[in-house]
Amino acid sequence: MTRHTADDDEHGESNETDAAVEAAGDSGGDGNALAERPATDGGVESATGGSDSMELDPDAYDPVDVFPGGDLDLREGADSCYKCTSCDTSCPVAEVDDEFPGPKFQGPEQWRLKRKDDHDIDESVMSCSNCMRCDDACPSSVPLSQMHNEARGQFVDEQMEKLSVEYVRNRILANYRTSARLASLFPKTASFAMNFGPVRWAMEKTMGIPKERDFPEFATETFREWWKARGGAQVQNPDKRVAYFHGCYSNYNTPEVGKAMVRVYEHFGYEVMVPPQGCSGTPMFANGMLKDARRHAETNVENLVEAIGEGADVIASCTSCSMSLRQEYPELFDIHGIEDLSEHTFEALEYLRIHEDLDGELAGSSLADEQSFAYHAPCHARNQGLARQAVETFRDVDGVHMEDVGDSCSGISGTYGWKEEKYEKSMAIGEEMFEHMEAAEGDVGMTECPTCAMQMEHGTGYEIKHPLQLLEETVVA
Amino acid sequence: MAIDSEVLVVGGGLAAITAAISASREGADVRLVSHKASTLRQASGLIDALGYVPATEPAKPLREGPPTAGRELDRDEWPDPEGPLSDPFEAIDRLPETHPYRIVGADALREGLDLFDELAGDAYRGSHTDRNALLPTFGGSVKPTARYPAAAEAGLASDDRPALIVGFRSLTDYDARAFAGRLEAAGVPFDVAGAEVEFAEAFRADAKITRLAKALDHDEEIDGTPAREALAKAVAPHLHDVIDDEGGVDRVERVGFPAFLGDQEGEAVRAELADRLGADVFEIPMGPPSLPGLRLEDRLYDALDAEGVRFETGNPVVGIDSAADGTIETVSVDRKGREVPYGADAFVLATGGLVGKGLDSDREGVREPAFGLHVEQPADRYEWFVDDAFGDQPYARFGVRPDERGRPLDADGAVQYENVFAAGGVVGGADVAREKSASGVSLATGLVAGRQAATEANQ
Repeated sequence: MTRHTADDDEHGESNETDAAVEAAGDSGGDGNALAERPATDGGVESATGGSDSMELDPDAYDPVDVFPGGDLDLREGADSCYKCTSCDTSCPVAEVDDEFPGPKFQGPEQWRLKRKDDHDIDESVMSCSNCMRCDDACPSSVPLSQMHNEARGQFVDEQMEKLSVEYVRNRILANYRTSARLASLFPKTASFAMNFGPVRWAMEKTMGIPKERDFPEFATETFREWWKARGGAQVQNPDKRVAYFHGCYSNYNTPEVGKAMVRVYEHFGYEVMVPPQGCSGTPMFANGMLKDARRHAETNVENLVEAIGEGADVIASCTSCSMSLRQEYPELFDIHGIEDLSEHTFEALEYLRIHEDLDGELAGSSLADEQSFAYHAPCHARNQGLARQAVETFRDVDGVHMEDVGDSCSGISGTYGWKEEKYEKSMAIGEEMFEHMEAAEGDVGMTECPTCAMQMEHGTGYEIKHPLQLLEETVVA
Repeated sequence: MAIDSEVLVVGGGLAAITAAISASREGADVRLVSHKASTLRQASGLIDALGYVPATEPAKPLREGPPTAGRELDRDEWPDPEGPLSDPFEAIDRLPETHPYRIVGADALREGLDLFDELAGDAYRGSHTDRNALLPTFGGSVKPTARYPAAAEAGLASDDRPALIVGFRSLTDYDARAFAGRLEAAGVPFDVAGAEVEFAEAFRADAKITRLAKALDHDEEIDGTPAREALAKAVAPHLHDVIDDEGGVDRVERVGFPAFLGDQEGEAVRAELADRLGADVFEIPMGPPSLPGLRLEDRLYDALDAEGVRFETGNPVVGIDSAADGTIETVSVDRKGREVPYGADAFVLATGGLVGKGLDSDREGVREPAFGLHVEQPADRYEWFVDDAFGDQPYARFGVRPDERGRPLDADGAVQYENVFAAGGVVGGADVAREKSASGVSLATGLVAGRQAATEANQ
């Protein structure tokens, strides 16, 4: 670290270098020594006919900060890119859409381009699905998804027409929680109306929501309603507490996943807390709606940090929610406590694998009705090192046959596959997964991500389960 | 509570996979953790053992004092390397004593290649002989290598059948005519011509090669014609482009393409093209982005799965916790901000070299960041390199120095941790780029480290 930024961690070292430069400057007047000029080039000036001194002083090397650091200084990330294109080869969108210039452009290259005030952000950033596979692929840890999120936010803020159908549609998709909350007031009517042919035709024509997609059904009792009705936590344990971040989907659409979480964790003796919460922000990042995401983040950080203060770790059953709280939050927002939240957040199965003897617990258990599962690892699980956890956890359980359907992306990427202009690409990306699912032995799918589950069901017609539900059936039952 | 296994392998490339499978076959319960997607996807897909023995002494004594940092006041001179070698094994004795091949022995290389042959199965060729094959590569040079993808087989430089090399204007980093010219200049024993064809023009100029591979995999229609047929039609008019020494024209018997002929369905894509063209079809290994590397990654991770090795990618190992008896008990894995301990009886470090980030450097020094192992290096960084870019660069040999069991040694030559073994690029002593030995070093040291770690764990 020798670069000077306002909040450089290694101030000490930087200051030493400053002192060395000043000292060198003071000693001036020596014909060929380094002393006369600030050492910005390690004393190597042969290309421009400079010093021919044999006395090189490595300590005088002091690269200057070319760009002034901003709030979100991503220069170090841009500089770390050595153009190996690993990100491009891992990008599921570039594989089906040759109009999409890939993450290397969207990240480091666009970041450099947009530093010029007169340079617009290329609209192709809106074709990025925010699967974040490029993060995992990059050997140099370039924060690609952070760069994409920032550029997308700026594009939507400054360049997107706020009255356009695309903006309105994206805003509605991004704020899924708002629609879901309204729909769950009249769940049966909403489930019917949202999938009623003429309504869907009109939605495609006026809003660009593809009519091929089935809207998820809304639960007649949300997870929070169930939680309240059962009287909250059944286990009190100040030594083992977790705060459940259920997210929107487990609350409004698949409360059975949330219930499985609660029963499994209570089985292991945890006191489960369910703090007030908003959306994790994942669909908002993917649509460049950073202000909406921040508003929800403020609520989440405040309530979850309070739970952490009471000894809880935060558990999400959706891998995109855990990804958001762990990685995107501290990357994008500066909210008091946000780092604490990041450090205390885990995915539900991950946490049990770390803290409980899950293998031992499962060794004696079995699934009553033998079942083969076609498991798909969500992209966001992949980035958290969780792509294999379900397969490994259940591999040796009696009555369970778990088959990994490979490392392809499901193609839906949250709201991406919900846009008419992206629908075909979404299905093309998913094709490999559909084929592998159909080739797999089982006819029940499994994944941690609710929108992957939607796509898996859409492409194969299979019932899709969450690993927590299988854990409930094997361990709690 | 730690996540436990008997052997924990840190890394995700060829050395790590070799170590994990070797340890597993000794009966150990093995887990593999790696920070990022495997660097195999940047690899050419060729498995080199030893192609050259580079000179370690300059042609004339080096000038006194530090290097001139590019000013070339008194340029140093180095002899050409010995090679290309026909037999990698017989040349091992001529490598420096600190070379990993000298430390773990030629048998380790042989067994490592045997293991690779078994894992790669019919996707690879070259196991029938100890001798190197000569493969044309992306840059137009001919490279000695021990194993090569079946997809590259018809391209062997030792084959005297005339060849057509196909390129696409839209693939800007691949110029078929220049490539063919360089092959001729290299003195290959066959007639060769390069041709640019129209197929890829149907895609946008900088479409990713994964896009082209996917189109061929699924035989997507391009302007109404299935992709494989469209590609064959584009190539067909050039089948008589090769002119021999007497000015005669022969129909080519083999056609070389950049390595993008399908991903999952590569074999079917090549077979259909060969059928339509009436000529053998081969791929020319490229730099990244590399489909042969991606295909190899898929195959080796399937092998890990079949072997029962648990693996996870996405989080780095950031530190160690050692016991009083000088062994490591757990390593810390940074799970997005929270460090989680992973315990094992023995550890294999296979995190790669300077490019793979298994070694870290700044102007203060070169370090092994995960375990803090000793990396031998001159104190003055101006002694890390010599002026001649193709000379014997000291930095190229930086890395941990293992004993014959693969255990890294400290500055005094003593074993640093009894239960830590190193493999692959993080091991120093080889100049893999000049020797063409990177894969072989990974296989040989991976095999030894994996076996020894299992032995240690079984005690």
